[in-house]
Amino acid sequence: MTDAVLLSKVCRHYGSVKAVDGIDLAIGEGEFFALLGPSGSGKTTCLRLIAGFDSPTSGHIEIFGESVDGVPPYRRNVNTVFQDYALFPHLSVIDNVAYGMMVRGASKSERLAAAEHALEMIRLPGYGTRRPAELSGGQRQRVALARAIVNKPKVLLLDEPLGALDLRLREQMQEELKTLQKNLGITFVFVTHDQGEALSMADRIAIFNEGTIIQVGRPEDIYRRPNTRFVADFVGSSNVIPVEFAGLSSQHQWASLRPEAIRIVETGGKQARVVSLNYLGNSTRIALDVEGTRLHALVSSYQPLPDEGDKISVDWDPDDVRVMEGE
Amino acid sequence: MHSNVDSQAPRSLKLAASAGLLFLHLPIMLIFVYAFTTEEKSYQWPPPGFTLKWLAVTWDRPDVWQALKLSVGVASLSTIVALLLGTLCAAAISRSKFFGRETISLLVILPIALPGIITGIALRSAFNLAEIPFSMWTIVLGHATFCVVVVYNNAVARFRRTSASLIDASMDLGADGFQTFRYVILPNIGTALLAGGMLAFALSFDEVIVTTFTAGQQQTLPIWMLEELVRPRQRPVTNVVAMVVVLVTFLPILAAYYITREGHRTGGQSR
Amino acid sequence: MVDGALAITPGRGGIFGRSSDAIWRNPKMFLFLLLLPPLLWLGVVYIGSLLALLVQSFFSIDEFTGLVKREFTLKTYRELLHPANLDIIVRTVSTAVVVTLSAAVVAFPIAYYAARYARGRWKAVFYLGIMLPLWSSYLVKIYAWKLILAKEGILNWLFAQLHLTWLLDAVLAIPIIGGNSLSVSYLGTCIVFLYVWLPFMILPLQASLERVPVNLLEASSDLGAEPVKTFRYVILPLAMPGLIAGSIFTFSLTLGDYIIPQIIGSSRLFIGQAVYAHQGTAGNIPLAAAFTVVPIVVMGFYLWMAKRQGAFDAL
Repeated sequence: MTDAVLLSKVCRHYGSVKAVDGIDLAIGEGEFFALLGPSGSGKTTCLRLIAGFDSPTSGHIEIFGESVDGVPPYRRNVNTVFQDYALFPHLSVIDNVAYGMMVRGASKSERLAAAEHALEMIRLPGYGTRRPAELSGGQRQRVALARAIVNKPKVLLLDEPLGALDLRLREQMQEELKTLQKNLGITFVFVTHDQGEALSMADRIAIFNEGTIIQVGRPEDIYRRPNTRFVADFVGSSNVIPVEFAGLSSQHQWASLRPEAIRIVETGGKQARVVSLNYLGNSTRIALDVEGTRLHALVSSYQPLPDEGDKISVDWDPDDVRVMEGE
Repeated sequence: MHSNVDSQAPRSLKLAASAGLLFLHLPIMLIFVYAFTTEEKSYQWPPPGFTLKWLAVTWDRPDVWQALKLSVGVASLSTIVALLLGTLCAAAISRSKFFGRETISLLVILPIALPGIITGIALRSAFNLAEIPFSMWTIVLGHATFCVVVVYNNAVARFRRTSASLIDASMDLGADGFQTFRYVILPNIGTALLAGGMLAFALSFDEVIVTTFTAGQQQTLPIWMLEELVRPRQRPVTNVVAMVVVLVTFLPILAAYYITREGHRTGGQSR
Repeated sequence: MVDGALAITPGRGGIFGRSSDAIWRNPKMFLFLLLLPPLLWLGVVYIGSLLALLVQSFFSIDEFTGLVKREFTLKTYRELLHPANLDIIVRTVSTAVVVTLSAAVVAFPIAYYAARYARGRWKAVFYLGIMLPLWSSYLVKIYAWKLILAKEGILNWLFAQLHLTWLLDAVLAIPIIGGNSLSVSYLGTCIVFLYVWLPFMILPLQASLERVPVNLLEASSDLGAEPVKTFRYVILPLAMPGLIAGSIFTFSLTLGDYIIPQIIGSSRLFIGQAVYAHQGTAGNIPLAAAFTVVPIVVMGFYLWMAKRQGAFDAL
């Protein structure tokens, strides 16, 4: 089976700045794929390279097995939902949605019908005559989405699609996007710096840092088995502990242990002293001193909690300790 | 929010500001009075009487019509050239960051920053050196040089407010460069260009210093007026022409103001 | 599943399709094409003319034939230092200083009111109230002042009505600035300069005053500064970039003007008039060119000073 998007040895350098530096990535057909990383890590540049707004300095990109080297964005069957939505302010909502079909020469009745259908799909029927300026942020976001999917792209690119929305709306849109992607069967590639968003929505995630991809995997792999300290820190929080402390032997020095993997036990395990407690609502963060090593544990608040200074026993599943490459 | 205590201006400031505005406007208003005076030989105040006679006399003067026609022609052509060059420059400057863009902004502003007489004499001696005969075209050449800047300024400001991702979005949706220009860029910068063009027209229509150097025997309306100021022939006709010139230049400026204000509003909302 | 559309749409073809593809592949080439016409016009024709003019100032005129000798000499510049020519330069530059200073004084209240107090409808009134005189015909403005300053004109009439004719006569009797009537006096010239360039001072000043946060003024008065001190230590320094930007306009425009002193003022020449006379009837292009170098040098020095004062950083 051909990959929906294939990047091989792709670089994009601006003078001495290496925005993207040697990326290999294969995104499967129908996948919901997240490019996750801090700002400036090259994930947005990567998306722009796939869309064709920018060209790689070296390397190749294929979309459904066809090389897109030197192919301008308007000839790629790929559509983008922009971070600032980029709705055309001089056009009405329906004309925005119908724009792609208009420039491709579809008849007026055909494109208006398709655009109206797309507006229904994003639950904004009858909003066609409004101007983008008259819509709320969430509505604009949906229109941007409709404008892209109405063209039935082979791949849909989303650049921080939910970044400008407030928390409640964001959670709602996450679900909607997921459903939409399942119904349409289109490959979604979306850029985000929000690890929670990536973990909850994506089928697979690529972690970016300083222009390169550090790790690719399913959300649970990334979360439970981060391969580097960067991933462990960036995706969720993590205890970074010496390998010997975890009772493992490896040529690498450090291992990671997720705070929620640490359990308070009645007997067995390791002796720990409670340094401090931090109540977070549904859970409580406990700072522990385990044989001279500082560990953080995240436990449910709905269980008997120790007091500061208490001596307790803690334990974890050895599978949850992950040896990491690098420093 | 600012405090209520301070939102009322001190009386002295109010007085000085309104005196300043009156100083700016009363002289121009005076023109409207003099256009209807019955006094023919001097600038006597108060006018001994009022008449509409000179409107008719001016109407029948072929030299005034000819000067007006030349001025409109020159201003139209200069505006077209300025629109073209100014837009190209603004597009290049705002679409990419390249070495020397500061220099280009400076280059565009220079013809209006340097005293007009320098631009005038430089062009005149260059025409002489190149043995180009003075004509309407040499006037246009001079005018377009300093009109570029107003179009450029308007266009650059609008390009800056037009999100760059709009162009990406258009191309993403399948529009090539020309379609993007037609369906996205032009509608978004259109009013800015219209306003810039109107200001360029007003600037050219009114210009006299550079024109005295780049014109041959032709008289634009300002040159005609200058002649009348230096060697008065028929003062009442000059009065009427002055009034017409004021009216003709006010209209495009008012129009340009309302157009760009409209642009500000919609531009602001889409942010 | 997505229908069987291809991942890549074939090109639109035709001249537009193909050239659009070409533009996309060569953004640098496209940038060059965009810049080519304006650069040819401004960079080659305009700058070329300026340089040619500059070169001619190093030529001289043959006293016998009256033709231009095309060889390098500083003779023309020595001629510039003749007392008569020096007098013209000093008069023009000092006029520019006077006009600039008085423009700053008159402009400040208007700009301050417009920036700080005018709201809504009044903001528009102020804006148009400054823009309309700025853009209205230069010659008509001068003409209006000829009407006003004429001996039988409105100003003399006004003085007579107020029984102040003696005052006007006393002012006109002052040497250098006075004259037969206001319309042929140096004072008249300055008033008209002030009038014509005033909007150029107001606009940048207003722009810089609009950037002064109101709470800064409140902080100052909160700290016990009386209004005069707030003006001196807070408003004025913050308005400085605007004042300097405005003064660049008023200064430069006064230096280069030759029509105002020709129509309103005494018969003593300004730089612009000298340039006009030398290139015209006298045909002494080198001397005319050398004269134009004076405003260029003065403005260059002025801009350099302004830059050193950091005026451009704030603009």
